[in-house]
Amino acid sequence: MDLSFGLSYTARNVLIGATLLGALGGLMGSFALLRRQSLLGDALAHAALPGVCLGFLLTGSKAPLPLFAGALVAGLLGALLILTTVRWSRLTEDAAIGIVLSVFFGCGIVLLTHIQKLPGGNQSGLDKYLFGQAATLVVEDLVVMAVLGGIVALAVLAFYKELKLLAFDPGFGASLGLPMKRLEVLLTLLLVVVVVVGLQTVGVVLIVATLITPAAAARQWTDRLGSMVLLAAAIGALAGVAGSLASAVVPRLPTGPVIVLVSSCVLLTSLLFAPRRGLLQAFLRERAVGARIRRENLLKDLYLQGERSGSWTEAISWTHLMGVRGQGSRELDHTARALADEGLVERTDDSLRLTPDGLCAAESMVRKHRLWEVYLTRRLELPSDHVHRDAEAMEHALTDRAVEALDALLDFPATDPHGRAIPRRRAA
Amino acid sequence: MTDPQSVPGAPAIEVHDLTVAYRTQPVLWDVDLQLPEGRLIAIVGPNGAGKSTLLKAMLGLVTPVTGWVQIFGEPYARRRSWVGYVPQRESVDWDFPTSALDVVTMGLYGRIGWLRRPQKHHRETALACLEKVGMADFARRQISQLSGGQQQRVFLARALAQDARLYLMDEPFAGVDATTERAILALLQELRATGRTVVAVHHDLQTVAEYFDHVALLNMRLVAAGPVATTFTAENLQRTYGGRLTVLTQATEALLQKRTAEIPPDLGVKPAGGTPWT
Amino acid sequence: MNPTLVILLVACSVAASCALLGSFLVLRKMALLGDAISHAVLPGIVLAFLFTGSRAALPMVIGAGVLGVVTVLLVEMFNRSRRLREDASIGVVFPALFSLGVILISRYASQVDLDLDCVLYGEIAYAPWDVLTFAGREVGPKALWVTGGVLLFNLALVGTLWKELQLSTFDAGLAATLGFSPVALHYLLMSAVSVTVVGSFESVGAILVVALLVVPPATAWLLTERLEHMVGLAILLGIVSALGGYAFARWWDASIAGAMAMVAGLLFFAALLLAPGHGLLARLLTLRRMGGRLSGQLLLLHLQKGGAVVPAALLERRFGWSRRRLEKVLAPLRSNRLVEVDGDGLHLTESGAKVLESTGRAQLAHKL
Repeated sequence: MDLSFGLSYTARNVLIGATLLGALGGLMGSFALLRRQSLLGDALAHAALPGVCLGFLLTGSKAPLPLFAGALVAGLLGALLILTTVRWSRLTEDAAIGIVLSVFFGCGIVLLTHIQKLPGGNQSGLDKYLFGQAATLVVEDLVVMAVLGGIVALAVLAFYKELKLLAFDPGFGASLGLPMKRLEVLLTLLLVVVVVVGLQTVGVVLIVATLITPAAAARQWTDRLGSMVLLAAAIGALAGVAGSLASAVVPRLPTGPVIVLVSSCVLLTSLLFAPRRGLLQAFLRERAVGARIRRENLLKDLYLQGERSGSWTEAISWTHLMGVRGQGSRELDHTARALADEGLVERTDDSLRLTPDGLCAAESMVRKHRLWEVYLTRRLELPSDHVHRDAEAMEHALTDRAVEALDALLDFPATDPHGRAIPRRRAA
Repeated sequence: MTDPQSVPGAPAIEVHDLTVAYRTQPVLWDVDLQLPEGRLIAIVGPNGAGKSTLLKAMLGLVTPVTGWVQIFGEPYARRRSWVGYVPQRESVDWDFPTSALDVVTMGLYGRIGWLRRPQKHHRETALACLEKVGMADFARRQISQLSGGQQQRVFLARALAQDARLYLMDEPFAGVDATTERAILALLQELRATGRTVVAVHHDLQTVAEYFDHVALLNMRLVAAGPVATTFTAENLQRTYGGRLTVLTQATEALLQKRTAEIPPDLGVKPAGGTPWT
Repeated sequence: MNPTLVILLVACSVAASCALLGSFLVLRKMALLGDAISHAVLPGIVLAFLFTGSRAALPMVIGAGVLGVVTVLLVEMFNRSRRLREDASIGVVFPALFSLGVILISRYASQVDLDLDCVLYGEIAYAPWDVLTFAGREVGPKALWVTGGVLLFNLALVGTLWKELQLSTFDAGLAATLGFSPVALHYLLMSAVSVTVVGSFESVGAILVVALLVVPPATAWLLTERLEHMVGLAILLGIVSALGGYAFARWWDASIAGAMAMVAGLLFFAALLLAPGHGLLARLLTLRRMGGRLSGQLLLLHLQKGGAVVPAALLERRFGWSRRRLEKVLAPLRSNRLVEVDGDGLHLTESGAKVLESTGRAQLAHKL
């Protein structure tokens, strides 16, 4: 089988590596995100740098395994230090993460610059761990990545339900007798492994984005942990593919940052357009509710004016209606147009008039308002001059069934607390 | 409920000499307590009295400085499958991507065992438990879309799925609507009817006498424990809440007066075990 | 000017600026927002380069300031939309902006005179050679002017708004009711952080500036109780880190900025272990002492409950203590004549019973 996809050797390696990493990052990032440990991955990545350098200094080799081992040990040490600092000092988690992140990174830079000034150190290629140089991936690296990635995926699969419980309700898990502390160590270990796997491709600085961004995007689309984890892995892999292809085609385009930007774009799209959780839909919903309230208020204003003049068949002028709620002519026109389309009002150039259907709808609104006022004054014993604003909000929320129940509960009152008549229900 | 492993005559819970300290600050101080089987038992006391800590100590979630807890005559580790737990509702993130049915299935994780996934019959069990709390229609709902009372009922269903003999509940009535309150009460009574024991941290003094058979009054030390009729008295509440008795509403006071009037004076207030400092 | 002196002065003013602002970041639990800003200003700096085609300081400061505020706004927007929590909001915003910066640098490398590695850890060793010319005359190293200016700006800012910052840090609600807008102060502080970061960028880079922002103030907080002492000590610790880092880097031939972070870290871990009061060792000792007192009280209580004479072996079993532990707990009780040994058993003395009663009342009074 031809696995080159028509790409050069390097580009193919980058493609495979970035896709693998993206999928793994999404997988473990989902758990980090849900446990509110988004920035732990960032700290672990920075903490791994001195480990890589020490691994090189001690063995003098660039073979992946000693460097991986060094990074693993340093990352775990960083995690331990964060835990100790938060548990035993007055410092909060954000400070502990900031300290470990920057101090370990500083030590790493000291080691790195020292190594670069050693004879032959310039060729160590360790600086690729800063921003990642996916182009330096060789088949041997890919094999290590695949094996470690496979172990991580298997571990998540094997302990899936326990890890889910750890993320959702660790106290309950402990009461079931599950070793929650050990599971937490396992989860941190798996996170460190993924971080270390990603160092060469994306680098210490940006690895947090391969963990968190795909997971945050996936969360917007689904309400199930299983599908979130899979979707996050898919988004991560997709960003990996897109990033590696883009950097293969466009000159001087670094792989890691492009991967991050692609998944950030996916996240932004998800935040805006995801069904149910999407901000756009929330905005539209809110606008629709606002428009409905304005329509209902206009109907009520027309009714009240008619009540005052004793006739609901008279047309009421724009200027009067604009004065009632101090709204602009455009807004009023928009609302009136919508009511006219529903056949509830008749619209002329300078006035509005309720149709019979409109009167019926308006009566229903006023009925809700006044019944609620009666309820508040009678049942809750609020003074009658304090209930209008409350009723103003409730009239848009009460359902017909609730109104009839309210009417019966209050024994079918004829007037509201201000002495005005409560319209009776009419057959539609 | 005859079980070959059961220690005959052992109380549902026995707490002996229990002292729990957070760092160096004692939270529970030398608590001795025996709770009988088959009753609804309230743990009552002011904020910071160590009620939740006592529950956690019973579950082995905190390590005591001294003392021990036995569940049906054995340490908790050997009685785990007999105990169901309902944590405080605020203790988890309700925005977690999971469904009501999923949460209830978690109650079975101990029984399912390592490396196995929940099977169809597990989910059926979970659904049956949701049914019992009147939440079967919401099984597929994401948990953040449930009201506070519905979330509490999901937590109860999860405990039911554990099919335990003893249920430990941390404030099951906190912040729930009237419907849920009635549903929970009915459930507790049904549990009692089938011989189960329920120990619940409870904060609403007005309903203690109505809902529970037994009460343990706690304020770092055990003030009194026993049947509600003889233990839930004005004097004991005074000793539990100290100067803060003003927290009692008038309604409670009226209830208390009624109660104490019913009790013959010689049966009056006698705390369980010695209380050396008062 | 002597090059070594220039480097030291630049390092010290960067460290002092960072410690000054970082103290408020740490106390407001916003250390990571500082981290995010330090990364996210990169595209601002690069864009300023691209538009002006020069390394002029003012456009860079403006570009970075804008990006800093954008970062804070974005994080807060995501946060407030309740679709992401704060940690996740930070974790997705700064890598995206930083990536943008890196891509811009890579694409326009010929026009942008910025080395990628320097973005991360700066190159303070070059500071003496980049000389600023003003009106045709050389007026000294540019880095010294920039970092000195930033330091003066920060000193002026914190000096003027000390009272307001102090209040809004400890009690934002009270500050708001007194008419100081915590939001305005928040953005002002974050803008100052952005300016400080960009001023320090060429000297210490994006990540090591975080070390100077967070580590010395955190260390100082372990050692002091009052805000003014904390800020003063943080500045001192920052300067010590700068000087120590320089010395180490010279001796070991490594990055000066990295060594500064390392020394700051060493100071922190020393304080974490040894700080009186808040250090691990001090806490452990208090724990043991208080634990001893608690054990003593428990022992008295059990002697009282047990009645006349309680065998020592029974107590050991009940508490799960060794004979040595029991002896240790007993020693102060016996020397104060609260407990007497009676053959193999122990019993409470009268004064022991009194002490027990008073501590019990104290315990209860504490609760009520």
